[in-house]
Amino acid sequence: MTLATGVGADFLRALLQGTPPGTVYALVALGFVLTYKTSGVFNLAFGAQAYVSAAMYYKAHTEWGWSIIPALVLSVFVLAPAIGLTLERLVFRYLRTGTSVAKLVVTIGISLALPNIFELITNFKGVVGRTPAGIVPNGAGVFYDPFGVYPFSRDELTTIGVAVFAMLCLAALFRFSAIGLQMRAVVESPRMTELNGIRSDRVSAVSWALSSTFAGLAGVLIAPRFNTLAAPDFFNLVVVAIAAAILGRLVSLPRALAGGLGLGMVISLLGTFLPRWVQSNPWLRPFQENLTPAVPFVVLFGVLVLWPAIRRSREVSDPLSGVDPPISSLALATRSARSHLIARVVTVGALGTVAAIVYFRADASWMFLVTQAVIMATIYLSVTMITGLAGQISLCQGTFAAIGGFGVYQLATLHGMSVLVAAPIAAVIAAAVGAVLSLPVLRLGGIWTAVATLAFAFFFDAVAIKFSWVGGGNTSLMQGTRVPRPVLGPWDFADDRAFLVLAVVVFIIVSIVVVQIRGGTIGRTLRAIRGSEVAAQSIGISPARARVVAFAVSAAIAALGGALLSIHQKNVNYGSNFSPVSSLFWLVLVVSLGSRTIEGAALAGAAYSIFDPLILRGTIFGWILRSPDRVPGIFPISPKWRLILFGLGTLQFARHPEGAVEYWRSRTARSLAARQRSAPGTPEAPDAPNESDAPNGAVTS
Amino acid sequence: MTALLELRNVSAGYGAFRALFGVSVEVQPGEAVAILGANGVGKTTLARVATGLLAPTSGAVLVDGADMSGTATYRFARAGVAHAPEGRSVFATLSVEDNLRLSFRQSKGRANTPAALAKAFELFPMLAARRHQIAGTLSGGQQRMLAMARVIVEEPSLLVADELSLGLAPIVVDEVYRSLRRLKENGSALLIVEQHVGHALALCDRAILLDRGTVSWSGPAREAAERVATHVFENDSSSDGDGDSGDATAATAG
Repeated sequence: MTLATGVGADFLRALLQGTPPGTVYALVALGFVLTYKTSGVFNLAFGAQAYVSAAMYYKAHTEWGWSIIPALVLSVFVLAPAIGLTLERLVFRYLRTGTSVAKLVVTIGISLALPNIFELITNFKGVVGRTPAGIVPNGAGVFYDPFGVYPFSRDELTTIGVAVFAMLCLAALFRFSAIGLQMRAVVESPRMTELNGIRSDRVSAVSWALSSTFAGLAGVLIAPRFNTLAAPDFFNLVVVAIAAAILGRLVSLPRALAGGLGLGMVISLLGTFLPRWVQSNPWLRPFQENLTPAVPFVVLFGVLVLWPAIRRSREVSDPLSGVDPPISSLALATRSARSHLIARVVTVGALGTVAAIVYFRADASWMFLVTQAVIMATIYLSVTMITGLAGQISLCQGTFAAIGGFGVYQLATLHGMSVLVAAPIAAVIAAAVGAVLSLPVLRLGGIWTAVATLAFAFFFDAVAIKFSWVGGGNTSLMQGTRVPRPVLGPWDFADDRAFLVLAVVVFIIVSIVVVQIRGGTIGRTLRAIRGSEVAAQSIGISPARARVVAFAVSAAIAALGGALLSIHQKNVNYGSNFSPVSSLFWLVLVVSLGSRTIEGAALAGAAYSIFDPLILRGTIFGWILRSPDRVPGIFPISPKWRLILFGLGTLQFARHPEGAVEYWRSRTARSLAARQRSAPGTPEAPDAPNESDAPNGAVTS
Repeated sequence: MTALLELRNVSAGYGAFRALFGVSVEVQPGEAVAILGANGVGKTTLARVATGLLAPTSGAVLVDGADMSGTATYRFARAGVAHAPEGRSVFATLSVEDNLRLSFRQSKGRANTPAALAKAFELFPMLAARRHQIAGTLSGGQQRMLAMARVIVEEPSLLVADELSLGLAPIVVDEVYRSLRRLKENGSALLIVEQHVGHALALCDRAILLDRGTVSWSGPAREAAERVATHVFENDSSSDGDGDSGDATAATAG
């Protein structure tokens, strides 16, 4: 009898204990659903928006000593809508007819850029070891205990109240107001809404101001749950909240609220009862240790894979998208053979010169950076493969690279294999993991592939890494994840110079593989699927098979690169190299520079490794000006600019999915062609662009 | 009398592509004009320019004598120009009632919305039975009826109707044209883009033939049927397989 009541009381306590974190998830999930409903954007930047308001509130309230109300007004009701309006005006207005995948990529870029822009402008440095204050006086110090088993703090009760109240208000807004209906209409088709006499610009400005305000409010309410204040915490929270939001199919506010609360309670229940089960079943122990962080990702992944109705819920396209001009063709298709040859010779010559200078003259630190750039370029070829060729967004490339790194660590360090043998084996393992993962994931398509791979990356980060057969367990805790450099015949790759050569050779081989696949049957199949999946299927192409191959090859490339990176650094360095957030940055880099070409990947590798020391620290300007000192006052520029620049670089993804390099190249090719055409005949070309634009341009040339 | 809609020497296109080259069209109040032509001659582009979906690259679009070239689409709608676009023309994610409510709230004001809704449901009982159904799950013909219900209750001063009969059963096409006739009798002007020549000419006062982005002929509707036949046969060599269906409809019209 006593045991039963004891269990009952524990159960109730666990439920109540799960309510405050559940409310936090619910709050973010509500905001997520709100943004998706009112602007059609799967907004991974929601966490960044929330963080900025939370940081502003902290700065005003704690650092400047403002009282609660003005600080709240500034951070939530002034700054947040301003950010929303700015995003709408500068970014999303031009993306309205873009695909949902393009919008998703842009929000990833924003989620990296926005916190850094804020921190640069306000000179805000993240808070560590101090809990930010809530929005009620002494919120963390006063407790209420309505049921006699778990005391709620005043902050927690405020959050619960605000979440429920906000849900009711928003539900009423959608049900009863004209603007709620208009927002939903604009999401589907801004042009058709305008045909009804409604100003779609204004409606979407209202949506963004509203959802951004909500993000700000959520941020300020959530901040007291951490004892730090840093952007990554908020991003993780968004991934958790997506799991809750998805339970409401991304459109139902009450279900998002319930999903968030349920998630919090389930985690709390498992935290209470799992340790008791573990005493009788010891094999559960690794799960118990990592279950709390992993539950949302498991739920997210499971729901996506097992609930097919989810991905069919919103695949409606704008019927009037035909009004937009068609996307311009790639430069490669329009360039003449001669200029192609010249460009190739110049590129190879320049690369050769750089390689020679680096090989013979570079000091150890530059040698390290250049080698890293080459290895990163190899990893980025995996993005070229999956995003550039197959048109899928994968957010777990870092995880595949980590499998390569840990594979080498396990096989070479713990089982005494040569790393040169271990690296290909690790690549094969990653390919197998990739293929298995792709079976459920790639059927999803579009944004759901991105979300499922994100869930996988976080799952790996939270759970898999802790297993001794992956991350090394206690051995790695005691001794780190060290990886040796190989020796092959006469070459000892412990020498950095020899290792650079090895890295370059691997990069060239992988490039050739990618080019071969791109030009071969699989490449053409993938292009056909991208053009029209239905049409491809109707002529007997199996989209699943081509995509599985693409995903497996991509995983293998990433793992090979990850193995090389670990060998190069003589350590796996999971945290700094392969965390889920690094996967996001990689994608952003490759996509903004060019995801379809080898050059794009190579440049992205260079940008990752040497953009910071070369440009931001002023080295190049020092060389140009021949001054040994950096130009004072300007350099060094904060490395945050790297995230800002490339984050904002994704903005052009929707209009120019080929990336900056390819866009620039096609423009020069087109202007060259126009100049050649106008040169022989007429001395002055009155309207050269018009001429090249005319449909009968072929006749005049 | 100023024309309700006037396109003055309009050229338009999509990015590098040009679809219209110096087209001039006038629609008087209460008048019904048919735009005829084979596939790919610029009929839909003309309709889009007429309702502001597409800004002309040169030339002018005048509504009620006021120059509206390049202004936002919603201003055209507020000036009384309605557009029933080709293909799906309802919000697939909204319910039937919400589709109507969205439009009536704007054109009739909050107070008159319930009355307008009631009228639409009275005219189209099929919609009343499905008022809470998501519009995307309606059949093609039912979606058309929803679009027609919207414009009939709104009574725009001009309706631009683009290929309303496309892909519909003959019985539904008849119903659509009954609705259009009713609109015309209530005083709305019509600009009808159509490949079903017979239906269009029976309804319209005037017809305009487009050929490769320019106006090749315009005149009274009763003379048009003959013109269409010869016109389509003359250009048969230049047009592709779609010309055949044009012939067929032209023949039935003649």
